[in-house]
Amino acid sequence: MKYDAIVIGAGHNGLCNAAFLARAGLKVLVLESNPYVGGAAVSRELHPHWIYSNCSYVCGLLRPEIYRTLELARHGLQIVPYGGGVTFTRDGDILGGYLDKDIRRRELARHSPRDADAYLRYGRDTMRQCRLIRALLLRTPPDPSSLRWRDIRELIHIGKEFARLGEQGICDTMRFYTLSIADYLNEYFESDVVKANFAGSGIIGTALGVQSPGTAYVLLHHYMGDVDGQMGAWGFARGGMGAVSNALAAAVQAHGGEIKVDAPAARILTRGGRARGVALANGDEYYADTVVSNVDPKRTFLKLMEPRDLEPEFLARARNFKIRGSSGKLNIALDGLPDFPALGAGNPLISGDMHFLDSLERYERAYDDWKSGTWSKDPYLDLLMPSATDPTMTPPGKHMMSVFVQYVPVKVQGRDWTDADREAFKQTVFDQIARYSPNFRSLVLHAEVRTPRELEAEVGLTEGNIFQGELTFDQLFFNRPFPGFAQYRAPVRGLYMCGSATHPGGGVMAAPGANAAREILRDLRRGSSVPEGWSDD
Amino acid sequence: MLARDHFHRAVCETPFHPRTAALNQLNLWHRWRDHTVADAYFDVGMEYNAIRNSCAVFDLSPMTKHLVTGPDALAFMNRLVTRDVAKLKPLRVGYAVWCDEGGQVIDDGTIFHLRDGVYRLCSQERQLDWLHSSALGFEVRIVEETNDIAGLAVQGPTSCAVLRSFGLAGIETLTPFGLRSYPFAGGTLEVSRTGYTGDLGYELWIAPEHALRLWDELFLAGANHGIRAIGTLALEMSRIEAGFIQAGVDFLPADRAVRVDRTRSPFELDLGRLVDFSKPNFTGRRALLEEHRRGSRYRLVRLDVAGNKPARDAYVYDQRRTNIGVVTSSMWSPAAKASIALASVMMPWGAPGEELTAEIYYQKELKWNRFMARCRVVEGPFFDPPRRRATPPADR
Amino acid sequence: MTEPRSVIVIGAGHNGLACATYLARAGRKVLVLEAAAQPGGAAITREFAPGFRVSAVAHLLHLLDPVVERELGLAQHGLAYARDALATVSLAGERAPLVLSGGSILSGEVSAADRSALRAHAARMQKFARLIARQHGRVPPRLRFDSWRDALPALALALDIRRLGRKDMREFLRLATMNIYDVLEEQFEHPGLKGALALDAVLGARLGPRSGNSVYTSLYRQSGAVNGRCGALALPRGGMGAVTDALAAAARAAGVGIRCGASVESILVRDGRACGVRLERGEELGAELVVSNADPQRSLLRLLGARHLEAEFARRVHNLRAAGNAAKLHLALGGRPQFRGLSAAQLGERLLIAPDVDYVERAFNPAKYGEFSTQPVLEITLPSLHDRGLAPAGREVLSAVVQYAPYDLKGGWAVGKERFLAAVMATLEEHAPGIGALVQHAELLTPMDIEQQFGITGGHWHHGELALDQFMVLRPVPGAAQYATPVAGLYLCGAGCHPGGGVMGTAGRNAARVIAGGG
Repeated sequence: MKYDAIVIGAGHNGLCNAAFLARAGLKVLVLESNPYVGGAAVSRELHPHWIYSNCSYVCGLLRPEIYRTLELARHGLQIVPYGGGVTFTRDGDILGGYLDKDIRRRELARHSPRDADAYLRYGRDTMRQCRLIRALLLRTPPDPSSLRWRDIRELIHIGKEFARLGEQGICDTMRFYTLSIADYLNEYFESDVVKANFAGSGIIGTALGVQSPGTAYVLLHHYMGDVDGQMGAWGFARGGMGAVSNALAAAVQAHGGEIKVDAPAARILTRGGRARGVALANGDEYYADTVVSNVDPKRTFLKLMEPRDLEPEFLARARNFKIRGSSGKLNIALDGLPDFPALGAGNPLISGDMHFLDSLERYERAYDDWKSGTWSKDPYLDLLMPSATDPTMTPPGKHMMSVFVQYVPVKVQGRDWTDADREAFKQTVFDQIARYSPNFRSLVLHAEVRTPRELEAEVGLTEGNIFQGELTFDQLFFNRPFPGFAQYRAPVRGLYMCGSATHPGGGVMAAPGANAAREILRDLRRGSSVPEGWSDD
Repeated sequence: MLARDHFHRAVCETPFHPRTAALNQLNLWHRWRDHTVADAYFDVGMEYNAIRNSCAVFDLSPMTKHLVTGPDALAFMNRLVTRDVAKLKPLRVGYAVWCDEGGQVIDDGTIFHLRDGVYRLCSQERQLDWLHSSALGFEVRIVEETNDIAGLAVQGPTSCAVLRSFGLAGIETLTPFGLRSYPFAGGTLEVSRTGYTGDLGYELWIAPEHALRLWDELFLAGANHGIRAIGTLALEMSRIEAGFIQAGVDFLPADRAVRVDRTRSPFELDLGRLVDFSKPNFTGRRALLEEHRRGSRYRLVRLDVAGNKPARDAYVYDQRRTNIGVVTSSMWSPAAKASIALASVMMPWGAPGEELTAEIYYQKELKWNRFMARCRVVEGPFFDPPRRRATPPADR
Repeated sequence: MTEPRSVIVIGAGHNGLACATYLARAGRKVLVLEAAAQPGGAAITREFAPGFRVSAVAHLLHLLDPVVERELGLAQHGLAYARDALATVSLAGERAPLVLSGGSILSGEVSAADRSALRAHAARMQKFARLIARQHGRVPPRLRFDSWRDALPALALALDIRRLGRKDMREFLRLATMNIYDVLEEQFEHPGLKGALALDAVLGARLGPRSGNSVYTSLYRQSGAVNGRCGALALPRGGMGAVTDALAAAARAAGVGIRCGASVESILVRDGRACGVRLERGEELGAELVVSNADPQRSLLRLLGARHLEAEFARRVHNLRAAGNAAKLHLALGGRPQFRGLSAAQLGERLLIAPDVDYVERAFNPAKYGEFSTQPVLEITLPSLHDRGLAPAGREVLSAVVQYAPYDLKGGWAVGKERFLAAVMATLEEHAPGIGALVQHAELLTPMDIEQQFGITGGHWHHGELALDQFMVLRPVPGAAQYATPVAGLYLCGAGCHPGGGVMGTAGRNAARVIAGGG
């Protein structure tokens, strides 16, 4: 069978990429190893009648430009914003991030009147950084070492965007990219609870601590999204994250693309230094002059390819690519809505994200545990009950709890996870939740415990890193995934990368897939409908 | 300390709410930050006319108030704002703006010199973060006291008479921007001759627990002087006629600007008179000196717009039809009997007397029309009655 | 009235002296005011026990600006080296120590792969360090781009990076913000080798090997040259004071007045211009220009005062990350100590206690919470082995940089110092059994002591963290990175400015160029 393009992996980026390729008239095949599409953006019924978004669980970064161009609404996707977030403190209080700006301000003022006002400055400065980066999301990073006109033009474009910030703005930006989230927050807030409340966004998904330089930037991966123009807002995909993937898959199919599940790719076929197709584990071969890999670069280059097809130096790059699993996930079916007494009756935050670290020190100590090879004994949790917003996820009156846990190592003290480890890990998480919700334990009907190992084995994300690669500057923008290979092209002609390991990174943005499609269609001299970012002026 | 369950109510009521709610026949409210204030009570035109013809009462309790005390209070205030606070004597009130380091206006407001070395800063926006940042190196104490002081603006030609009948002996001798205290209900009533209407008027400040009694006695005293509660819509009309600017409308507060090129300096807001380079250093001084030397980018102008259509959000053009700016506030002025507007235009346009054009879109019975209205740049407020400054003011 | 062309320099540290000398040579009438009884600031040699002398803070010279050294004739003014290229010895407990110098392993059981990786690594880092070194002597550019002309300095930097060649340029842009841990893991096996290289990346910094930006600190450390040898480590004869003595001699020869015991209380401002200083005893001295060698926070917030600055600018200065984490240990030893596995010759090299990279990271962990390292990392020298004048005959001086000792220790240093000293001595004892018995006197300078004794806010040797968020145009803060402060007539010339600390003299020279050029 000969196709114009084969995409390996039906994650959201692979599907997005395939949709744009198909839309341009290419005959496209998407190969997925699992029996379902979606990669890490899936809705699965792991307990009868309970739908779990068992990996990625919220949606805020999905580029609206892509949403619109691929008509995802028509293909069934609905994003529903949800209600704020809350940090519980050890002394029985809370810091609520209410949606209403005045309630939010008063809530901050309860902890520090000064911080309540400083929040506006924090919001302004962070929004300035969001604006800058949003303009780059749907663009291909330039290669600063290249002398091609296209790269130079793009560098000039970025230079102009920088110049527009003014001298102080440029300096603020340079600092923002090199500061730790703790130091960044210290410049605004005095209350430890307030700082802790915002710190989580600087470390989610990374193997970095709140004091690690570079984590202020990670904040953007949680702030730069928007739901209907509301910057920084997050939402649920109605029906779970699988709805995103299903809509993208529908878009692929609507344009004549083909998706094959239960079709694990075993090897990328090459001949004469160019890609010519994909061989499956069962020996079937599919041919195409364009092969796009949605899987991470370690897998793509170290497992799916023969070492002789690549330069040793390039292989070293792939080996040295930092992925690093640092998070785990618990998906819990509940017999009812658990009480969180500190919230008080009628608090809308019951449907928001909940956090239980109330000081920067607790965050950092959680990271120290990971560094020393164990899961955090006092972990950072991002707990959310999607069923409180989308009642169709569970039987009526029942609930589903999604608990993102950090930090969780890939190996425990250098060895593989045992069942006993997993049980102990689960208890660590349960203990923390139960401390704030006395009836939580009694409501648990089923709990799925996922460590980086499970994530790697099931989704194929090396080390179970949710971003397919650390979000540090050595792996961002023109360095993502490797210096000199940030324009979605692999060193083998006809082979491309479109996963979150490419610019602009993870978070269910679908931008890497779209950007890769633009580059592929450019190489094929085909018209592209990949959107440019919308103006924010 | 606020209770944890404050989230049940997003918006609070002012201390006068029981009275304002009873009077609000339209049940028309809006949110002034986290407080409810009346848009209008009965009829905006009647309320506006109370400002210009008799006595209008406006609930300004949500106005942000900060108290600044301590040995360095004066030095602090002087480093904060662009005008010389040392010249503001005790029991005087001064209008002031404060800028960021780029000389861009953060907010405008009034400084009440309550007693020697004790200042109250009233402003539109909350400023605690900025005030604390500015306090580095100063021995001062800054407390936000917005909810500790209820305020009423009593404005209009009969306002002095109302206050006299109310029992404020000698109030007629209070000069514009003067401040005086009277005993009231066992506490203190502070009265300043200030306002946002460009007319004769006073502002009354009282502890919240005495607010309702103040309201009741004031309305009793004003019954024969045409006293009337007014909402924000009427107040807005009078402030445009007076040529006053408003944060978030006529300029973007510099400390909220995400896009750095959207802000304005005092010179660009026609507030150059508030910038005093002869006093000690203040935030923005160096940038403003530089601007003073090199020239401003923009200018705030008052436009007399031909015809009778309000120039809402209109683009402003020069003679050659180059877009040179935009209208920020506009209305039909009942007092001036003219369509008036405040606009921000690029330099060098906007010199007094210059003829410009405003592109107005308006509709009558769902038919939209475009009207290129000639405008003339005028100096000073559109409406400026002598009673505003007269001491004692006439009673009619 | 102030004398035309008169300049007051606050602080006779090495940068203050260098700046003063250049200004005097440019025809300015310069008076240096020093609070202490002798010039030198923190770069002095002092007696810490009867007959024992030691470099008070920094103890190895490796960044002294060769241009300053040559132009000011420091050799003629008495600067000489007792040793000009110390090797580095990574102590390994029982095992034979690893000895390295630059890119080569002098001894130790190191695999061929590691040896060749080290050569390549050292060569690459040296190349990048030279790129950084080239920026040292340049005044950081203003980031205004109203015209192409404004953009030239920034483009010059871009061109420098391009000149690395495509491959190295890409690698540089990748490495620039990385942590040293990852870079070492990518290339090496040997724990001691990684430990030693990691320590060099975090010395004097509030960073652990896993902290981002530690590659930059490592490059910075290698960006100097002694006697033309890049990245070399030297011991000045007579200790670090010899450098400032030579600088002071050069200054006096150029006509600079140096007044010691003159502690400045405040900088005087008239009509928005700095016009002199007031001393603590009340005396006022006028000058056309004032240059401060004191750290930025002390200069701008204490001596000048925030009221003369813009609120945001003052806030930025206030937010400077300037809390020190390095302590200094001085031991007066009754005899020559024995380090396990170390030959007599090796004892005179630079000794590191950083057996592996995780050890260094673990030492860093407590510092994040305001606690000291219970198992600290040390950089040790025994200068008296090379410079007999520093200790009585038969006795030795041990000088060590000890980390981590956070400035803002929980519970305070008054209580913590004894405990920390015990932890340090216990660590030393492990590697040098019996050393404790040799100690006749021990002096431990915590960052708090350094602040009190040398007037450096936060006790940070570099007058503020040398990290990417505080480098070049960001050092000390935007708006003062070109040595001129917002207050006309007031300049900074200390380590808090570009390029930073480490007994370089470059900041002083750069500041003088700015002042002479346009001040």
